[in-house]
Amino acid sequence: MEFFKIRRTIPFMRYALIFNVISLITFIAAVFFLVHRGLNYSIEFTGGTLIEVGYHDAAKVDAIRQALEKAGYKAEAQNFGSSREVLIRMHLEANQSSSDVAQKVMGVLKQQDPSAELRRVEFVGPQVGRELVDLGLVALLVTAVGIVCYLWLRFEWRFGVSGIIANLHDVVIILGFFAFFQWEFSLPVLAAVLAVLGYSVNESVVVFDRVRENFRKMRKASTPEVIDSAITGVISRTIITHGCTQMMVTTMLIFGGQALHYFALALTIGILFGIYSSVLVASPLVMWLGAKRDQFIKPTHRGRRDEHEGAVV
Amino acid sequence: MNRFPTWKYALIALAIALAFLYTLPNFFGESPAVQVASAKSTVRMDPGVVARIEQALQGANLPASGLVMDPTGVRVRFADTDTQLRAKDAIDRALNPDPKDPAFSVALNLLSASPNWLSAIHALPMYLGLDLRGGVHFLLQVDTAAAITKRVENLAADLRTQLRDKNIRHGGIAREGQTVRIRFREAATRDQGRAYILNNIADLNVAERDDGQNLLLVCTVKPEFQKRVMETALQQNIQTLHKRVNELGVAEPVIQQQGADRIVVQLPGVQDTSRAKEILGRTATLEVRLVDEEAMRTGSTFGDDVFPERRRDGTIGQVPVKKQVYVTGDQFIGASATFDQDQRPAVAVELDDAGGRTMRQVTRENVKHLMAIILFEKGKGEAISVATIQSEFGSRFQITGAFTPNETRDLSLLIRAGSLAAPMEIIEERTVGPSLGRDNISKGFHATLWGFTAIVVFMSIYYLVFGLISSLALAVNLLLLIALLSLLQATLTLPGIAAIALTLGMAIDSNVLINERIREELRGGATPQAAIAAGYERAWNTIFDSNVTTLIVGLSLLMVPGAVRGFAVVHCLGIMTSMFSAVLVSRALVNLTYGHRRRVARLAIGNTTWK
Repeated sequence: MEFFKIRRTIPFMRYALIFNVISLITFIAAVFFLVHRGLNYSIEFTGGTLIEVGYHDAAKVDAIRQALEKAGYKAEAQNFGSSREVLIRMHLEANQSSSDVAQKVMGVLKQQDPSAELRRVEFVGPQVGRELVDLGLVALLVTAVGIVCYLWLRFEWRFGVSGIIANLHDVVIILGFFAFFQWEFSLPVLAAVLAVLGYSVNESVVVFDRVRENFRKMRKASTPEVIDSAITGVISRTIITHGCTQMMVTTMLIFGGQALHYFALALTIGILFGIYSSVLVASPLVMWLGAKRDQFIKPTHRGRRDEHEGAVV
Repeated sequence: MNRFPTWKYALIALAIALAFLYTLPNFFGESPAVQVASAKSTVRMDPGVVARIEQALQGANLPASGLVMDPTGVRVRFADTDTQLRAKDAIDRALNPDPKDPAFSVALNLLSASPNWLSAIHALPMYLGLDLRGGVHFLLQVDTAAAITKRVENLAADLRTQLRDKNIRHGGIAREGQTVRIRFREAATRDQGRAYILNNIADLNVAERDDGQNLLLVCTVKPEFQKRVMETALQQNIQTLHKRVNELGVAEPVIQQQGADRIVVQLPGVQDTSRAKEILGRTATLEVRLVDEEAMRTGSTFGDDVFPERRRDGTIGQVPVKKQVYVTGDQFIGASATFDQDQRPAVAVELDDAGGRTMRQVTRENVKHLMAIILFEKGKGEAISVATIQSEFGSRFQITGAFTPNETRDLSLLIRAGSLAAPMEIIEERTVGPSLGRDNISKGFHATLWGFTAIVVFMSIYYLVFGLISSLALAVNLLLLIALLSLLQATLTLPGIAAIALTLGMAIDSNVLINERIREELRGGATPQAAIAAGYERAWNTIFDSNVTTLIVGLSLLMVPGAVRGFAVVHCLGIMTSMFSAVLVSRALVNLTYGHRRRVARLAIGNTTWK
């Protein structure tokens, strides 16, 4: 079987400007929603209490809400996963530092319906959440710097810079989606976002690798031609690989339940934009930044990467 | 060119066999067990205990299906939960003849049902996180400032006695925050005091100050002292928590320091959070002090602490107590609920050597005076016992007061479990019910299974034999990853399962790269054997680069605690196993399939005839 029978080099770079403009618009939209609406942080970040309750029969969310309100709690209750499960979310009150709330809430709910079963409680104090936001940002920074440095060492600074710009643009767009739809941004989502960063850099590396190889092979070709042929060479692999990863992520969306829902969703968006950005954003950026053939044929210290010397497996 | 030397095949086969061996325990499931651990620092687990357990089980006619002993305790496995429950009672009765003062903690647990020879080579099932097996997780913030304040208060009390003993006249000593201020009337005595403090109390810095009316010495504690107090406070709190958890009878608790002033407590399998929290969170400590009888007469309680006192007639009084503390909660080494000679509930306590010595001295000097025992809980003190010292006594005595039998039991438990050196506050709590844990496992398992199946089906159709080989390599990857997780006993959480799935989804990339390269080489006119060699060689550079960048991300994710770290650990391990399986294992399989044939007309890798 063969999906892609590409006989000619596709002139991707001819449309480079269009792709970059599309990216810029999406990016600006994402930033706009991030600033305007902000992320809907989970209580892991904001602090608060989260209680998951299971019932025998379908739960009456309205009744639960009223009962809690009558007992003096400011709480959001909603169905979670199935109609028999309810998620109750309470934000941190000014001077509520202890986690007794869950017990009291369960008391109220048990009174209302004895079949209420406590499935999960999460209480996060204010100090923990703030630290997490900081650590998440630090992790993002370390990742970005680490990737730029590695690509710089292995390729060229232009590749490092365009790789990271293209992929941070993915991250911002995922966050933009989460801001726009007000999906809950939790710790697993943070993990997914950073994993996507690695994943789409990975994608860029595959293209860059081909670009480097073609710069050496195609002695007479111009930079856009080299990049075009590199992208054409790997496009089939790109789509198949991402298709496979997406199959895995899709089963996570279907079978993973609520706990993995947003994680898988973030990955899905990330994979889609990862393909787009590494192929159609990173490569034009490399071109704009002025990558040239002679940057790769310095025989003195690039000699080790000679074509004939394949790695020993 | 497509042959490996025999040792290479053997090495790969060995790696896979080992991986299989270490993955094996995960398939056996768990069987009910009873876990016996020492509940006291003085009680040692030794073969004698094992003999007693065996005897108890024989006596009750309860057959055990296995018994393991390690430094942490003894674990006995049973065929079903019914036997397990009865065995727990039997062992408890046999080992703890006095239920008020248990020497061993006997707890229900689940143990891997894998055969003993597997456990002997340290092949254990994966260590499941609380979100998969159910249980309670607490993160406690230790108020170290309070511990330092308490120590400064003690230092101030010491200074008071010592300056009096040395006859250095001062106009009052007071603690303000973490400093101690001493007032003097004359410069000469202040110099005397200053010299004394500098020579005798190493933990204090001294500065001279003048507030207009008095000459002052302002003593501040040195930073080393603060650090030391913080560290010991944390250590003592951890120890205390250990003892309290033992009282709760939890199997495999985790109690660890996190950062400078935090403690993580994880209690797998505990469902009754309120009780766990009550026992863990009690910051009760006892203090033995003397009652200021003069203040009781005159009513002027200046310089004293006044505590409410619960009297036998049910009324609440107020009792003025001197500031000096003679014995604190950490000096109590034993306590049990009992009755005094008038058959009223009381607590019999025992002090350590130092505490006993102090007690003897204090009681000798203060016969016929009133002594108070103050219980501090949640920052508030209560005089639980105010009694006249009848005669000198030492390390063993009874605390009597207006108690009910239940209260004496709780009180003795608290004293036994030790006091907290500094108050703690729960800043993060996570409770997962057992049903949710099981749900999470099955959801994660199904997601991975179906994703894996989909990839295998697709790869086999698209790349034929090479797709099948890629799928086998992917299966080896999964095997290696699970073996590694079992071997390292890294905590597997739901995000960890997600990481397994995602890593598999990403690992197939290497094989796609290789297969595409081989097709390309074939299209370029290379012979089958040359195409295989060139495909693997050319793809390796790319595979290496892309895995390193992914690894950079994985490593930086390790910084973020909680769910993210659970994800990152598995992710990083998965990247490494995938490099091995995708490149080495798949190559070995390709070599075995094609490399040893004399002539290969074409490769079963899909249609490559078009140009």
